[in-house]
Amino acid sequence: MFFSNLFHWFTTAAHWHGTGGIPNRLWEHFQLCVIAVGAAAIVAVPLGLVFGHLRRGAFAAATVVNVGRALPSFAILAIAVISLNFGIGFWPIWLALFVLAMPPMFTNTVTGIHGVRPDVIESARGMGMRPRKILLEVELPLAASLIIAGVRTSAVQVIATAPLGALIAWGGLGRFIIDGLAIQDYAQVAGGAILVALFSIAAELGFGLLEQRLTPGGRRRSFAPGARRPDVELEQVIKPSTVGT
Amino acid sequence: MTLIADTLGQPLIQWSWLKAHGGVIVSLVLQHILLTGIAVGIGFAISMVLAIYSVRHRRAYAPVTWLTGIMYTIPSIALFGFLVPLTGYTILSAEIGLVSYTLLILIRNIVAGIDSVPAEVREAAIAMGYRPTRLLLQIELPIALPTIVAGLRIATVTTIGLVTITSLITYGGLGLLILQGLQSFFPTKVVVGSVLSILLAALTDAAFVVGTRALTPWARRKAATA
Repeated sequence: MFFSNLFHWFTTAAHWHGTGGIPNRLWEHFQLCVIAVGAAAIVAVPLGLVFGHLRRGAFAAATVVNVGRALPSFAILAIAVISLNFGIGFWPIWLALFVLAMPPMFTNTVTGIHGVRPDVIESARGMGMRPRKILLEVELPLAASLIIAGVRTSAVQVIATAPLGALIAWGGLGRFIIDGLAIQDYAQVAGGAILVALFSIAAELGFGLLEQRLTPGGRRRSFAPGARRPDVELEQVIKPSTVGT
Repeated sequence: MTLIADTLGQPLIQWSWLKAHGGVIVSLVLQHILLTGIAVGIGFAISMVLAIYSVRHRRAYAPVTWLTGIMYTIPSIALFGFLVPLTGYTILSAEIGLVSYTLLILIRNIVAGIDSVPAEVREAAIAMGYRPTRLLLQIELPIALPTIVAGLRIATVTTIGLVTITSLITYGGLGLLILQGLQSFFPTKVVVGSVLSILLAALTDAAFVVGTRALTPWARRKAATA
């Protein structure tokens, strides 16, 4: 019964057209996520590069991750709405996603640069490279896969959180879930849920492939969605030595 | 369920409302803690079983992380939305969602912790006649403790954040306050709900740091000598 309703929801032609149609909602969702993750990357990655290059980032990276985790995205969204004087639509949800997206990218960038072995940097310096060149031509390429892993974590979280925007009159796939709950149309709720889940799994897989391509030859390993490289944030905390800091 | 902006002139916090509703706020904080506690408790029990099984039977680890990894990737709002038609607006729906997000974090850390036990320590224990169960309880788990607690820390703080989202399916502790405030354009509720939920997460995080320090004095001593 429920599944036939769900099937019916997906196959109704009217659900594929217009502002409230699946393609347009998906497009809205996509735009919001790209703008939020992109803006956060523009801030977080260069900051991470500088902190990592100066070898001062370990503490900052751990702190940013822990603070980021302690900020519930629903609370950030609410504060964004309030601070924009009950502003609705795009900006509050964008602001919430922007804040949500920064920590993983910052931490992974710092950790990636930190992870470049000192002897590699020594030899680069021995070859006469200047610090700037070392950063851009040695450290950055070696850290690239880990930076992309950070972007992936951010992107998946942002895609997953963007539906909250529907609560404050933004569109996107969240509309199906929030509106469906409001009018008890559970086929619509489940349809929206499936679309969001598929979108986030697609991002996970897509960035996973990119990450694998950017991994320098010797360290490449096979990629499977579940058996992914342990997140840097987990590794960070796993070490008992960082727990106390 | 959407909002229309018109709140000019309302103070950020109406202290009279706060005074009159102290009891409600306290009970929502308690509900928040309870929802989190149940989720992490059940999640930990399931994770313990799956993790120990995965350590003993290595081939099971990949499918276990794969499955819990997928559960972790499913957006929480989507999962709650999907559960409502199946299990309704119940605490069960909320807890199924919350528990499923703790599994990957906890299992990974428990396995990593047990893996960190040096082989010679394990061999020495076996040579001294330790059987698997006693080995696990008296050697492996104590050594893995800091890593397991680190996992519990991540899982608990993450769950505190996720509980706010369960407000969409009527539970949700402090998230309920945020949602109601947003829906009725009442800034006080929004501010109280979001500030308290952030505070709860931050304090829990800090409590784990302090607790781990107190429980593992050897880690500090090592850091001091290093």
